[in-house]
Amino acid sequence: MSTLLEVSGISVTFDGFRAINNLSFRIGTAEMRAIIGPNGAGKTTFMDIVTGKTRPDEGRVIWGEKSINLLKMNESQIARAGIGRKFQRPTVFEDQTVLENLVMALKKTRTPLSVLGYRRSSDDIDRVEALADEIGLRAELPRKSGELAHGQKQWLEIGMLLAQEPRLLLVDEPAAGMSPAEREHTTALLVEAAKTRAVVVVEHDMEFVRRLNCKVTVFHEGSVLAEGSLDHVTANQHVIDVYLGR
Amino acid sequence: MQKPFFIRNPSVMIFVALLAAFTIGVTILSQGFGIDVISTSMVKTLGKTLCLCLIALAMDLVWGYTGILSLGHFAFFGLGGYMVGMWLMYERTKAIVVNSLAEAPLPPTPNEIREGIGTQIFGVVGGAEIPPIWVFADSLTMQLALVVLIPGILAFVFGWLAFRSRVTGVYLSILTQAMTLALALYLFQNDSGLRGNNGLSGLQNIPGAEGVPQSELSVYFLWASALALGLGYVLAAWIVGGKFGSVIRGIRDDEARVRFLGYHVESYKLFIFTVTAIIAAIAGALYYPQAGIINPAEMAPIASIYLAVWVAIGGRGRLYGAVIGAGFVSLVSTWFTGGQAPDIPLGFYTVKWVDWWLVLLGLSFVLVTLFAPKGIGGLFDLISGRIAPNRHGADLGPGMGSLREQEAEK
Repeated sequence: MSTLLEVSGISVTFDGFRAINNLSFRIGTAEMRAIIGPNGAGKTTFMDIVTGKTRPDEGRVIWGEKSINLLKMNESQIARAGIGRKFQRPTVFEDQTVLENLVMALKKTRTPLSVLGYRRSSDDIDRVEALADEIGLRAELPRKSGELAHGQKQWLEIGMLLAQEPRLLLVDEPAAGMSPAEREHTTALLVEAAKTRAVVVVEHDMEFVRRLNCKVTVFHEGSVLAEGSLDHVTANQHVIDVYLGR
Repeated sequence: MQKPFFIRNPSVMIFVALLAAFTIGVTILSQGFGIDVISTSMVKTLGKTLCLCLIALAMDLVWGYTGILSLGHFAFFGLGGYMVGMWLMYERTKAIVVNSLAEAPLPPTPNEIREGIGTQIFGVVGGAEIPPIWVFADSLTMQLALVVLIPGILAFVFGWLAFRSRVTGVYLSILTQAMTLALALYLFQNDSGLRGNNGLSGLQNIPGAEGVPQSELSVYFLWASALALGLGYVLAAWIVGGKFGSVIRGIRDDEARVRFLGYHVESYKLFIFTVTAIIAAIAGALYYPQAGIINPAEMAPIASIYLAVWVAIGGRGRLYGAVIGAGFVSLVSTWFTGGQAPDIPLGFYTVKWVDWWLVLLGLSFVLVTLFAPKGIGGLFDLISGRIAPNRHGADLGPGMGSLREQEAEK
């Protein structure tokens, strides 16, 4: 499998605190990966670096077949290159309808002038409706997304991610605050997405990670502590000491 | 597929119809064309108010929709006024100079005319030379183009520098204040080339229309202002109605999220900042020929703060709210400060509205912000029944974690 994203030797320091310490990570084009680790292990900072929000002090972040240097690009360019990100707390545009949220996320030219002249075509509506079916929000399309339940907002955000048609999805704690039934639906959505693209899930909940049934990377103090199947890493004595044992 | 623009936006049709009715009504009641119920000065006040409504519309786009609290849009308004004022003053002075020189035994040379104009216009600031920035002042077309270009370029450059550095929130507001203050202070200087604190005057006299009485001219300007406001409203409704509106409201509510969706937030801000600066400049270009005089005090920072107050009182985030706010507050302000409001004798003290009006305005601004954040425009929600139900903190929707009452009332 060819490599989609390769992060090598990145380090970043905030006010003397080393959030990321010589971290390397790679993921293939159609792969699911879970990242686990204790609080402060650098999981969110890692995502910030990949999406361009934070600049590392050193290291390289290489993207795609053409080996593009992501560190030279800003957030919106990286998003357009095909990296989608879901935040920990659901961030949808609460003042706008589910339909408007999804239409905004659809993969289209993003320059102001082309957006100004944009008209919804029936193709776009079909695409949005198909997505809404997938995330179980078909009936909620005309509602304001602020009115949705917490789990539905999480799905809407996943739907917006899928609408962007990214090649890599970075998903931060998708199952936080969800009921067991909602978790199952979320798992199904992510597993389905990982068939055609790379998905990186940061999660605390081991049960959820187990259901994703994928390779696991354990972060600790800003670098990779262990990598492999869930059973393999949970058997690792280091991992037990720093993370599971507590 | 989408329905046609006007069907999707019934408020636009209602607004345009009301504006047309207002304009026709004023014309019928005017001194110039109608039955002489409304005085010429009142027609001018109404025409100027329409221009203020237009700049309020621009403010609503940039603040109410995009979330950029610009406190500098009156700088663009003033610049627009100066650009058109230069032509008005130059051409009128030229006519006067040519007239007076016509009695001389020899016909005047072009150079003599230029010198005459220079002395006439700039004598008051101790100069006689026509400054280089007046190079296009004899061409109406060029000056009208400059109405759009100068504020547009200034807004573009300023916005590019500010947004590129990701200056947001109150820091951006302070920066825009600094811009308008710097511009006003520069124009106050006698050698700025725009007559310092004297400003440009006599702008109500339109060159080439000497035979038309002010009573008729005022109605023409009212029409032009109404047309500009109507077009501005349709343009603004079109901008905010579609996906572009979605994106800028997204920027207002969560800028980082829009960025991660792949939109270059800075370009959008720059676009809206520049477009609204141009709208403000056009409003200014129509305002000052009706006011008759422009000076740098018009660009003082306080003017732009008033603008924010109008939009807040009218209801930001909805276009008609801005128009209502600007129209209502500026007309009430004219009434109070014009000495028409009756004084209130309290026995020990007499409340004179000329002094107390600002206190009242400030108080209503505070009250609106605290208790009616939707402003006057929010009253329309009462009529259309679009009011947030009072559920005493319970969930609005069926699911857990839905928007709570206090969130919905934001």
